[in-house]
Amino acid sequence: MAVAEKSPEKNATAASAGEGERRPTVIADDVHIVYRVYGGARGRGSATAALNRIIRRRPGGNVREVHAVKGVSFTAYRGEAIGLIGSNGSGKSTLLRAIAGLLPVERGKVYTDGQPSLLGVNAALMNDLTGERNVILGGLAMGMTKDQIEERYQDIVDFSGINEKGDFISLPMRTYSSGMAARLRFSIAAAKDHDVLMIDEALATGDKKFQKRSEARIRELRKEAGTVFLVSHNNKSIRDTCNRVLWLEHGVLRMDGPTDEVLKEYEEFTRK
Amino acid sequence: MHCEDESFNVSETTHDGAIATSEPPRSPDDGLSPAELAAKYGLTASGARPSLVEYVRRLWARRHFILAFSRAKLVAQYSQAKLGQLWQVATPLLNAAVYFFVFGVLLGGREGVPGGRENYVPFLVTGVFVFTFTQTSVLSGVRSISGNLGLVRALHFPRAALPISFSLQQLQQLLYSMIVLAVILLGFGHFPDWTWLLVAPILAMQLLFNTGLAMVMARLGSKTPDLAQLMPFVMRTWMYASGVMFSLEYMLRERAGAPEWLVSVAQANPAAVYMDLMRFALIDGYTVSDLPPYGWALAVGWAVLIGFGGFVFFWKAEERYGRG
Repeated sequence: MAVAEKSPEKNATAASAGEGERRPTVIADDVHIVYRVYGGARGRGSATAALNRIIRRRPGGNVREVHAVKGVSFTAYRGEAIGLIGSNGSGKSTLLRAIAGLLPVERGKVYTDGQPSLLGVNAALMNDLTGERNVILGGLAMGMTKDQIEERYQDIVDFSGINEKGDFISLPMRTYSSGMAARLRFSIAAAKDHDVLMIDEALATGDKKFQKRSEARIRELRKEAGTVFLVSHNNKSIRDTCNRVLWLEHGVLRMDGPTDEVLKEYEEFTRK
Repeated sequence: MHCEDESFNVSETTHDGAIATSEPPRSPDDGLSPAELAAKYGLTASGARPSLVEYVRRLWARRHFILAFSRAKLVAQYSQAKLGQLWQVATPLLNAAVYFFVFGVLLGGREGVPGGRENYVPFLVTGVFVFTFTQTSVLSGVRSISGNLGLVRALHFPRAALPISFSLQQLQQLLYSMIVLAVILLGFGHFPDWTWLLVAPILAMQLLFNTGLAMVMARLGSKTPDLAQLMPFVMRTWMYASGVMFSLEYMLRERAGAPEWLVSVAQANPAAVYMDLMRFALIDGYTVSDLPPYGWALAVGWAVLIGFGGFVFFWKAEERYGRG
């Protein structure tokens, strides 16, 4: 994609920061995240109980706290692609949202260089609109300018491969297969240059060919931008794209190191 | 796909090498606390609320998104219907027809309409369309955050973009309705004159008012989603109290015998003010004497007060939307 011209400039800033110095992009300092779930408690959901709470003007016993991330610290550097692994519900996605500044931390601090973005453009897209309009809407939602979108429009469509089987881009997105929709979403999201990009299970969908293409795009983004975070349950795609892995389990950072070492331990752990 | 950059590869290797030992050897950053490290490289804590000026600037930078989002919502609304975008015009027309049947024919609300009974239909349709503009802005505003949590939790943008976008969507809807209205006015022999030009400033003021109100409702609705259930009833009460399908002044003074101060208060309510001004602009026989006292001043006052007040009120909770 036509984004290659950005990298020399980024390298220059990295180099000017000092010889051989590693420039941090994300610093997590003892991060704790607590969710408050309303209506999660048992036996309190009746109308009278709700009325009682409203009258007493306090949430009462209906709030349950979920301590999703417990004291995670790490420093991410420019040029790294970091995989996040761990079983379901171990706090990976939650941690990403906190880094993106979309969830508040209960304790601790998250420092970031610029604005990290979550690859979450799907939320802005509308199924009733054509793929074409969605490309524009999604681009604008991510903060791209009109000119940038115009310039990259063709790249996005080509990358998604939507038009390989006919003129699908001018059809409403609700007519797409789930794989096609996922491909278009990833293509839109990956079209922007991100300082810190976070990808949550985006590569699970799409066929083999598209998975290969998106992994290549992630490596590219990492070179241009700085830091890429990738949440995935596919160890192979982690191995192919990441050079460092954080392993979360029950909200605790269990291991942090080079991909091979951590994945080896993780695979042993999951085999049990 | 990507032209590999020589110098970059070199620096990347050192990165990889450094990571393998998990602690960077002989780095000048050793021993720095995370906060010191962050300060050294200019990293900032994320998720803080920007200043009001900065907020306006960011919002302005997102103006294309706001417009595109409102248009997309408008188009998506009727995309499954067979008649498609024709419903943009048909919906307000059917609304007006129902109100005419109920209030004009069955209940006889035609009495006391300025300019005589034959003005009733233009009077009613103008009122319905103008009030619907405010009504739908409030109703969509109350859900603008709570109904778009996915968007709020995934992407960074000034959250005020959502209520503003929804108000703009309602404005575009109203412009379709205005086409219907123009046809009806012509059909009843009200031909364009210079006062029709007043429609633009009136709509601008009402848009400002609606957007402010939508932002107030958006903040309240994000904290208490139950408001979305309650608001339709509030809005219906407001509609009956604003004289959409009858002359407010006539009903209160002649029929109900209400005290003078009550008439003034009812006429000063923003919905009534914008409706009266619009009728004055469009309908022949609706004269300045039919306008509430200080009508224009009230229109500007409400727009500025609610428009800017609502914006500041919304901004105050910016960092809390979509959380918890």
